[in-house]
Amino acid sequence: MVQFFLTAGCDSVGHAVRKSLLAAAWFVFLTFPLMVIKVNTIENTVVWRWENMGYVAVSIFLGSFVWRWLLARKELKEDNANEETSAEKLLTKVQSHPVLKYSALAVVALLAGLYPQVFDLYQTNIMISCLVYIVLGLGLNIVVGLAGLLDLGYVAFYAVGAYAYALCNMHWDIGFWYMLPVGGVLGTILGVMLGFPVLRLRGDYLAIVTLGFGEIIRLILENWGDVTMGPSGISNIDRPALFGVKLGITDSTIYMYYIMIGLLVFTIFCVNRLQNSRIGRAWLALREDEIACQAMGIDKVKTKLLAFALGASWAGMAGVVFAAKTTFINPASFTFWESAIILSIVVIGGMGSIRGVIAGAIILILVPEYLRDFAEFRMLLFGAIMVLVMVFRPQGLISAKRKIYKYNDTNTAGAANE
Amino acid sequence: MNNPVLNVKAVEKDFGGIRALDDVDLVVHNKEIVALIGPNGAGKTTFFNCITGIYTPTGGDVLIDPTAEGNPRRINGKKPNVVTELGMARTFQNIRLFPSMTALENVMIGTHCRTKSAVWGAISRNKATRREEQAVIDRSYELLKLVGLEKYVNDLATNMPYGKQRRLEIARALATDPFLLLLDEPAAGMNPQETLDLERLIVDIRDQFSISIMLIEHDMKMVMSMSDRIYVLDYGRMIADGTPREIAENPAVIKAYLGESDD
Ligand SMILES: Nc1ncnc2c1ncn2[C@@H]1O[C@H](COP(=O)(O)OP(=O)(O)OP(=O)(O)O)[C@@H](O)[C@H]1O
Ligand SMILES: [Mg+2]
Repeated sequence: MVQFFLTAGCDSVGHAVRKSLLAAAWFVFLTFPLMVIKVNTIENTVVWRWENMGYVAVSIFLGSFVWRWLLARKELKEDNANEETSAEKLLTKVQSHPVLKYSALAVVALLAGLYPQVFDLYQTNIMISCLVYIVLGLGLNIVVGLAGLLDLGYVAFYAVGAYAYALCNMHWDIGFWYMLPVGGVLGTILGVMLGFPVLRLRGDYLAIVTLGFGEIIRLILENWGDVTMGPSGISNIDRPALFGVKLGITDSTIYMYYIMIGLLVFTIFCVNRLQNSRIGRAWLALREDEIACQAMGIDKVKTKLLAFALGASWAGMAGVVFAAKTTFINPASFTFWESAIILSIVVIGGMGSIRGVIAGAIILILVPEYLRDFAEFRMLLFGAIMVLVMVFRPQGLISAKRKIYKYNDTNTAGAANE
Repeated sequence: MNNPVLNVKAVEKDFGGIRALDDVDLVVHNKEIVALIGPNGAGKTTFFNCITGIYTPTGGDVLIDPTAEGNPRRINGKKPNVVTELGMARTFQNIRLFPSMTALENVMIGTHCRTKSAVWGAISRNKATRREEQAVIDRSYELLKLVGLEKYVNDLATNMPYGKQRRLEIARALATDPFLLLLDEPAAGMNPQETLDLERLIVDIRDQFSISIMLIEHDMKMVMSMSDRIYVLDYGRMIADGTPREIAENPAVIKAYLGESDD
């Protein structure tokens, strides 16, 4: 840090110190009535806690100074853009060595496989919800990250999947395994239904309409009591049965965990193949430049609808899993807050990056879970993480890398030119 | 075989009260290089937008006949992607590449409307899909080589030098397999040497692919030396057309370019 300021010149150091001093003074002034003065109402005396003033001044000064240093460093870095972080470098390195890559994969698989054996039920449950959010994130990633369509109502498809399973299970006793694909199909249909009216919209307008769509679905669930049981929700939903055998809580949680791992692997497999295909490239082109994309012969309507439909199908499946896992659902589980969380997972993780979405979900779902002890500070920390990531890594934790294609260098077309 | 591949008749375009194109006629024959020139704001880009479906003309007809066999087809109001599928590909005056995709991928996008693999193919990666994918990659690489960008295959488009980006746009348009290539100021921002190379490239493309080329250009030296015919647009009206020599001597053109100072 000192070295950095030495190279950056005394001028900027002086500037940073002055600004930080100013910030410290301002905060001392603002927090004075709260931190320093304490009125003891019983004895009618005023206690002056001057030492608090010192703490505020020093911590704000240091905080402001570090903040400035980080910002300056970031600006310096932007000159040589595209620089990878050390984590990304490590990932690239591991990926380029087949031996390293497969042993890393094996370690991850082993850890994932042993998790419910090593940890208790509570931890396994948390991990299941984390996995659900990874799948949701990967689904939304198709719409937002790849196709660039800002969708704030994604939770609607999740809700439809969950309610579809809950209702079919309640009325006709249809099992989890039948409803999992049905949930996906329902999501797809609903995705196309939402896609049609918003084809012409982009950016903010699209965001507002999809937000409204999400709220409409939630309000329907809340108010159409005859069918959806209203705000009281549906309980006693069956957990998935293993070859027709109903399991106890512990076993079925572990079973659920493995189902989620399976669904996640399936999702990663599909999304990875999709994003490096003709369709995936069309989505990217649509995201990058809509007019050029159309001018290059890509049907905008088809491409958008496909993104909405495929993205929604994973939300539908995740919804079925969610209903089976919690055995109780009500509209409160499908508020805008959920959409916002899923979107944050995609944006903070890295738009269009599978590894990014996984990292994003782990941070945004597991961290608040383990911070439960800090109660009210939990959301504060959550917000702080979001702000920090957006300021210092706007492209997300792990940014998407483009695939390197292997071409055959034949000498036919270019011949006439040489 | 002497039918025009593109025949534009009395095309008009109004923007609110402004008439950007007024009664514009233009034809392009097979394997011709046709230039469209005119002062700034004359309506050249608007003309391109009207015939490629980005705007719908207010009036008139845009007829195409890819095989020049004498059965033209009206394409007014068709969507841009349909026009491209029918065989007219374009570049943009203010470069519109896909910035965070690689040069190769940019060209690969151009092949989209000539390929078929869909969701199931993408996920299963069956034989047909793999074959198609490899053909797309190889063809795109060849096109990159043709425009001299093999060095930049895996570079992001946004990181490429300006002149190279213009060439990449040409390769991308060629990937759509057009019968008519429309270039909007391809030499803008290039130095004289680059312009000369570009001129050679464009003529090469015409000869090698046997396609027609229409370009908007401000560089008179380039226009005069490479075009078969030139159209001149001024305030939305076509004021002249003819061979480079005829245009150079046309008093109306000289007036439009030099302003009406004397008399
Ligand atoms: N979308 C639009 N809405 C309103 N007016 C427009 C629009 N597009 C173009 N114009 C107007 O139409 C006229 C022709 O513009 P155009 O871009 O076609 O000119 P140009 O010949 O390509 O000029 P340049 O050589 O500067 O590229 C201009 O007066 C322009 O302001
Ligand atoms: Mg123009």
